[in-house]
Amino acid sequence: MATYELKINGNTHSVDVDPSTPILWVLRDHLQLVGTKFGCGISQCGACTIHVEGSATRSCQIPVSSIGNKKITTIEGLSKNGDHPVQQAWLEHDVPQCGYCQAGQIMTAAALLDSNPNPTDEDIEATMSGNICRCGTYTRIKAAIKTAAKSGSLS
Amino acid sequence: MTLVRTTFGRRAFIKRVGLASGGLMIGFSWLAACKDATPEEVVMMPDEWFEMNGFLKIGDNGMVTIMSPNPEIGQNVKTSMPMIVAEELDTDWDNVIVEQAPLNTELYTRQLAGGSQSIRQGWEGLRMAGATARHMLKEAAANLWQVPVAEITTAAGILTHQASGNTAHYGEMASAAAMLEVPEEVEMKDSKDFSIIGTSRKNVDGKKIVTGKPLFGLDTYKEGMLVAMIVHPPAFGMRFKSMDADSVKNMPGIKDVFTIDTYTDGTRKSFADIATFNKKVAIVGETTWQVMQAKKALAVTWEDSPDDSFEIDMFGRIMKTEYPSGKESSQSHALKMAEIGSKKGNVVRKDGNVDKAFKKAAKVLERSYSCPFLAHNTMEPMNFYANVTSDHAELIGPVQTPEFMEQSVAARLGLTLEQVDIHMTRMGGGFGRRLYGHFLTEAAVISQTMQKPIKLVYTREDDMTFGNYRPSYYVTYKAGLDENNQLIAFQVRAGGIPESPLFANRFPAGAVENYQAEEFTIKSNVSVGAWRAPRSNFIAGAEQSFLDELAELAEKDPIDFRLELFDKAIKKPVGENNDYEAERYAGVLKLVREKSGWGRTREGVHRGVAAYYCHNSYVAQVLDIVKKNGVPKIENVCSAVDCGIVVNPDAAANMVEGGVVDGIGHAMYSSVTFNDGEPQQRNFDSYRLIRHGEAPRKQEVHFVKNDIDPTGLGEPPLPPVMGALANALYKANGKRYYHQPFMSNKPLLG
Ligand code: FES
Ligand code: FES
Repeated sequence: MATYELKINGNTHSVDVDPSTPILWVLRDHLQLVGTKFGCGISQCGACTIHVEGSATRSCQIPVSSIGNKKITTIEGLSKNGDHPVQQAWLEHDVPQCGYCQAGQIMTAAALLDSNPNPTDEDIEATMSGNICRCGTYTRIKAAIKTAAKSGSLS
Repeated sequence: MTLVRTTFGRRAFIKRVGLASGGLMIGFSWLAACKDATPEEVVMMPDEWFEMNGFLKIGDNGMVTIMSPNPEIGQNVKTSMPMIVAEELDTDWDNVIVEQAPLNTELYTRQLAGGSQSIRQGWEGLRMAGATARHMLKEAAANLWQVPVAEITTAAGILTHQASGNTAHYGEMASAAAMLEVPEEVEMKDSKDFSIIGTSRKNVDGKKIVTGKPLFGLDTYKEGMLVAMIVHPPAFGMRFKSMDADSVKNMPGIKDVFTIDTYTDGTRKSFADIATFNKKVAIVGETTWQVMQAKKALAVTWEDSPDDSFEIDMFGRIMKTEYPSGKESSQSHALKMAEIGSKKGNVVRKDGNVDKAFKKAAKVLERSYSCPFLAHNTMEPMNFYANVTSDHAELIGPVQTPEFMEQSVAARLGLTLEQVDIHMTRMGGGFGRRLYGHFLTEAAVISQTMQKPIKLVYTREDDMTFGNYRPSYYVTYKAGLDENNQLIAFQVRAGGIPESPLFANRFPAGAVENYQAEEFTIKSNVSVGAWRAPRSNFIAGAEQSFLDELAELAEKDPIDFRLELFDKAIKKPVGENNDYEAERYAGVLKLVREKSGWGRTREGVHRGVAAYYCHNSYVAQVLDIVKKNGVPKIENVCSAVDCGIVVNPDAAANMVEGGVVDGIGHAMYSSVTFNDGEPQQRNFDSYRLIRHGEAPRKQEVHFVKNDIDPTGLGEPPLPPVMGALANALYKANGKRYYHQPFMSNKPLLG
């Protein structure tokens, strides 16, 4: 066990865990930040996507010991009031079905738009292909990303 | 308006005036789903709630809480079922709060998610709940204002008596209304007067989903809770022999390691119980990661299991399934199906004489189709929270069959039904997987053993290799055309491991003079279960591909060819018990023909069509493929759907789009294969699910407008698209696709 000071959603959290514990389980089990989901544990489904220093990262693959001072953003911290343009676009298109994969989808989409505010269909498909949705909401996800891109309020 | 007799038992109307708890909402606040309120829009909670019936309560300020009785698995019933209540109550949707009802067999019927039946079977009861409450509110107002009930009108939660000029909102009358007798008869609205049903309303959990609020079973957290995981045999045909528990008991955070039996001898089992891996290892510890480490380190010895069988009570009928010993492989499965499928099967339906007709036929076409086992792969793995004490079991989590599981878990724990409370969480997908609640029982048994609250969590590998798969199927079609290219003989021989996908009375039965349906089954110890649109999820695609090839042989347009057959089935149906309405079937084909612009050719666009009827709904699809650098890409899928009245059109369209993507994906990429009894796919690196870039770029969904009571939508859009895909791929690649997955390793769709 070791103590880590984690910078998450603008706050510092102190946790005492085994150094090999992935950030995913630190968030879910130790900090009750359960918006970040467990889907596969092997970097294949994207359900656990968070931002580390702004880039979309699979939290099931990042041991807590490797994170250092890097800033983590989870779905709970993506916006204060749930009004990030991607979240708004998701509501506008009523994207979710079961909803389980959607936090990961939103985090990946938000990072994509951050680096590429006007993605083409091909850009969206390439970036989003790491996030699986068994309910099959891909068609709406694409439409919602385009709406968010158009909204122009992305900083 | 229609007058209907109310059929509520007295129990559904537990009257309450001034709840002892004051303004508190009943239930668990973290389960409660305040409707999607934007931050600016602060929901004003009333001081007092008045319970009108088991489905709804009205606050003194006019707010309405509607209980959504059925489990939510992503089919959006948590929004659409309350919409139906709100419609008949005649309240403003903006004043509605939706709560997930707990399991309560006295208040609700059929709290089950399965077979696309929630809306269809809930329809009457939900409308009645709303209409009854509205009637009681009107009566309360009539009493107060001393006017006839019949003169009172309602709209958007307001009661009005035109002549006297009296008005009141529902909240003002709720207390008096809740005291009244339940009327024997109530009026229900004409569908033309609907103002909520038929309009698109956003998912009531939408905001919580996009902001990552705890909604799912896996998100359950309770003070003092431990985490449990199971280890099950690595292969079908194997069982637990021994283990070295001591080697992991001292690992960090580990509390205990022991074996559990999901069922003990003599427990009565329902269809929601399954036979797979009865004895398994349970590991309990403080955190998920710690338990995962112990799971990896634990050495377990397995042994071959003998012949076995499992008895379930299928709604009063005892059904026994045999599980032969041995470790099976996909190769031997395929050989067996092809071999047995080449012989005459058990004849289930026979019209005319196919053998004679085939001899007369000018052209005969015979083709075989197959599909592999599939895992459900809900994105949220199996899990359940359990806190079992000597006289109570609190169970929280995702299960499609809470009612059935309450009975089996109570029997297993030695508790009465009253001592068991099951709370339903939003489910991260169901697709049939959570009809089988063994994980709930496992969690309960582990908690009972530990005398502690625990949350059972399956890893993806546990989940994917547990069985309960979509069966592997095989079908051979044979058809004969006469010299005028009329279909004169049709034979279907369908079977599978361990069940047949045959629906003997479905189309084209009824449209062909000489028709024969045969089936066969092959025993196996690989366990199976219902998987989104059971049996239809294979046979539809096979049948629709075959009809496409047959239409080509008949030199006819594939839609015209089918419409001619429906015409026969309408004018002069052959045989009895034909399980479809030919007009509605033809209706969706005509609609998709019109909406997709079928018949217009576009350079470089390859189109496939299919139509199917299952779970009481009709769906036709046209799928367009374009080729980019030689690689096919699905550009658009146009769906035409007849599911009666559509409660929530945009959410219904979402459901159709999802079924389309899911159907394409599984036909194209997915399979579970076996070697020595061992599933060869354990996680998403080896099990291919469709990904974003492979999904259709666009989708259009069109609903047939009619007044027929609503039917299901969770399943019907999936089966036909497999056929539309195969038929479009044929056009694009010049090659027919008979065996799923169409592409197992090479990317075919870009
Ligand atoms: S849980 Fe991390 S990618 Fe699937
Ligand atoms: S919405 Fe269910 S998995 Fe994506």
